[in-house]
Amino acid sequence: MTDATISATPIDAASPRRRDIGLKKRYAAERRFRFYGQAAIFLGILFLAILLWTVVSKGVGAFQQTMITVPVEFAQSVIDPKDKRAEDPNVLLMANYPLLARNALVQALGVDPDDKKAVKAVGGLVSDSSRVELRNYVMENPDVIGKTIPVTMTANGLVDSTLKGHIDLKVPEERRQVSDQEVAWINQLVDDGIMQKQFNTGIFVNGASSRAETAGMGVAIIGSFYMMAIVLVLALPIGVAASIYLEEFAPKNRWTDVIEVNINNLAAVPSIVFGLLGLAVFINFMGLPRSASLVGGLVLTLMTLPTIIIATRAALKAVPPSIRSAALGIGASKMQMVFHHVLPLAAPGILTGTIIGLAQALGETAPLLLIGMVAFVVDYPATPMDPATALPVQIFMWANEAERAFVERTSGAIIILLLFLAAMNIAAIILRRKFERRW
Amino acid sequence: MSIFLLVTIVCVLGVVGYVLARSRVSGLETDSSVSYHSRPGYHGMHMAIATVLPALLVLAVWAISSQVVIGNVVKSSISQEVLGDSAAREGLTMGIVSSISRGLTLLNAEELKQAANGIDAARPLLAAKGVAIATDASDPMVTAAFRYNGLEQTSTFWRSIVVILAALVCGGWAWTQLGARVKARNRVEGVVLGLLILASSIAILTTIGIVLSMIRETGRFFASVPPLEFFFGTVWDPRFAAAGATESAGQFGLLPLLAGTLYIALVAMLVAVPIGLFAAVYMAEYAGPKLRSVAKPLLEVLAGIPTIVYGFFAVVTVGPFLRDLSAQISGIFTGDASSFIQAQSVLTAGAVMGIMLIPFVSSLSDDIITAVPRAMRDGSLGLGATRSETIKRVILPAALPGIVGALLLTASRAIGETMIVVLAAGVAARLTINPFEPMTTVTVKIVSQLTGDLEFNSPQTLVAFALGITLFVLTLGLNIYALYVVRKYREQYE
Repeated sequence: MTDATISATPIDAASPRRRDIGLKKRYAAERRFRFYGQAAIFLGILFLAILLWTVVSKGVGAFQQTMITVPVEFAQSVIDPKDKRAEDPNVLLMANYPLLARNALVQALGVDPDDKKAVKAVGGLVSDSSRVELRNYVMENPDVIGKTIPVTMTANGLVDSTLKGHIDLKVPEERRQVSDQEVAWINQLVDDGIMQKQFNTGIFVNGASSRAETAGMGVAIIGSFYMMAIVLVLALPIGVAASIYLEEFAPKNRWTDVIEVNINNLAAVPSIVFGLLGLAVFINFMGLPRSASLVGGLVLTLMTLPTIIIATRAALKAVPPSIRSAALGIGASKMQMVFHHVLPLAAPGILTGTIIGLAQALGETAPLLLIGMVAFVVDYPATPMDPATALPVQIFMWANEAERAFVERTSGAIIILLLFLAAMNIAAIILRRKFERRW
Repeated sequence: MSIFLLVTIVCVLGVVGYVLARSRVSGLETDSSVSYHSRPGYHGMHMAIATVLPALLVLAVWAISSQVVIGNVVKSSISQEVLGDSAAREGLTMGIVSSISRGLTLLNAEELKQAANGIDAARPLLAAKGVAIATDASDPMVTAAFRYNGLEQTSTFWRSIVVILAALVCGGWAWTQLGARVKARNRVEGVVLGLLILASSIAILTTIGIVLSMIRETGRFFASVPPLEFFFGTVWDPRFAAAGATESAGQFGLLPLLAGTLYIALVAMLVAVPIGLFAAVYMAEYAGPKLRSVAKPLLEVLAGIPTIVYGFFAVVTVGPFLRDLSAQISGIFTGDASSFIQAQSVLTAGAVMGIMLIPFVSSLSDDIITAVPRAMRDGSLGLGATRSETIKRVILPAALPGIVGALLLTASRAIGETMIVVLAAGVAARLTINPFEPMTTVTVKIVSQLTGDLEFNSPQTLVAFALGITLFVLTLGLNIYALYVVRKYREQYE
């Protein structure tokens, strides 16, 4: 009996460790599983890297702008042939400034002034905005008329793209937007030191423009600033007050439950629905102006409130009950306990939550589209009631432009927006590290 | 006196009241042996609240009611034939009157005298100030506008007097109340508590506002388009809003939009769920503290990037990449190098949205996985299971309800996402099952129906609210169910 059993399973008896219980397979499965996890994390971080790299590599160029510095002859025969500028200020406004720029470049490049086609092409090297630039210069210094003075003008967007290497010069001439002649001129101007790249202040200060080279985010930055100020002024006090009530005073009843569920759900309502609310209530019902940063600020306030309330409640919860008992024990009223003891201790947490809420509001686009912030605004908004745009909306508008130069501008704008967001989030992290208390 | 100035004056009065009451009480307290119920600061605050609060209430009531009252008075002064017979005509007439009266406030005394002669005199004057008046304006409307402005002026004058009087009277009453036994602190705290309750009810008001405003506008939409046609229509072709021609309204079929929304959300979930879930499992069960402290914040950066940036990324990078890739592939297999994936497609929008959703899935499920009790893990490992077996057989089943909740929350975010699809999904509303073709979503159509010049009586714009309420109900349902599931799951292990 015993012998038979042994002989039936001779391997088992001889070396029980080699028994096949599928360990190899199981360990392989373990390794595979672990690899999936690593791959998932790697993929996530890879996507982040690609995203950031795309934006940065496309966008850094936007912070440089090609400028042309050339001696311009402010000939009276062009600006004011009839010598009437003393009586009629419109003469200086209406003068043919592009001609001045063209003549200056024709001279600098040594192009035959009789070759009409070439002269016209040379005129196209400077941006149309040279008209405004030269006009402002002459209006400010009327005594330059008749003199020749070096002036810096913005180059055309295509010239800018060519110089930055965005236009593939290997493509046959007839299929690209820049001719060989123009490329030769550009190279000549660069060699002569007439054309150079400068730090682009225009992207920060200019208003809307249909030309990429003069389009800037000045209006958008101011509009976003107004909105953030409104969100801060409204959402912080209201959010903190609401959380104090819910956390410290509210009796546990049906009504409080309703409010609580409500806030959690509001935090997950799609942002575009808040835009519809803003359109129906603030613009249609209350008659506030469209495109105004005030309306944008109000909509974003309603959107940010749940975030701030949730963060504030967490911060209030983190203050240990012993603080409350101590305050009540030495005779403080409940209100004094909250405002003199609990709130100051919760302040860093509240601040962190508020900054994160503001960062969210700063990047929000969809509700602003509905309240008419997609607007072509050239002038700075003086008050929050004036038409304005916002940083993300400006990015949206530029992203819809087809020109190559606008892709660069858009990426540049995204870099600026991301820098703002990064600064806010880092500030929040530093605040948390510095003031966080472990009880 | 403008409202802003009035509010400033009232606030200054309040501050003055605070200082006076406070110094009086602290003076009395040191002089006499009587001990006061409340600290001087509370008496000051009591005085300030008594000064400011009633005055501001009066101001608010006045500001709201005066508009209505003046409007009605002016309306009743206009003869019926000028006013028109239908409600729409009346609204139009009152609109002209109010735009004339707004324009009149820009004129100086000399010009006003001229403008009073009638519409023909007033029109060029107003046009010079940049106020365009509708062509069917008439002389009685100018008279009405003058009357309107006159009433407005009287109202503003009396408003200032009444509000300041209210501040002074109530402040004076509080002054007479100053005394040792007055429970100033309790009263102040009562008011503060009222303000706290008011603040916390704003969340409710927002929800009510969302629901009411959307129901109202949706109701107006359903007046011209039957709900059945909207909810079960398969053709979306709203046409452009032609002024006054409501009969030629297009077709508003929700189904193509809904299909696009769900399809793109599905693609997004197919990308986000495996990556997010595996990342969460690895982070919760395998990763050491060092990797965790680096990888977790990096993944969360993905959640902090504004969606417009993802949209741009989809348009300039992912879309062209997929298009060129498909051209290469079809070049290899068929020799014809034409791309079968279009730059704007369900796949592009879904893939990019999926990347955006990875951190939502991973951080929500990470929390849930770490909440599974230690003992369950130890038990399984102690019985000889490998880690992956523990995860697959013990932890994930235990965490399943919570993870389902997290995925539902993520799905609701995918459905409500706007900017990525606006840029990357296309605008053509059609029913297709090919993910390489563009489809459009509910959110895209809300945006496209509501940007540009609007007229709020046409179904073309009102449909946006009907779409909005559909979206709201859809996401709200998902959220409520998800929160319910998550909450129930949490109770299981607490």
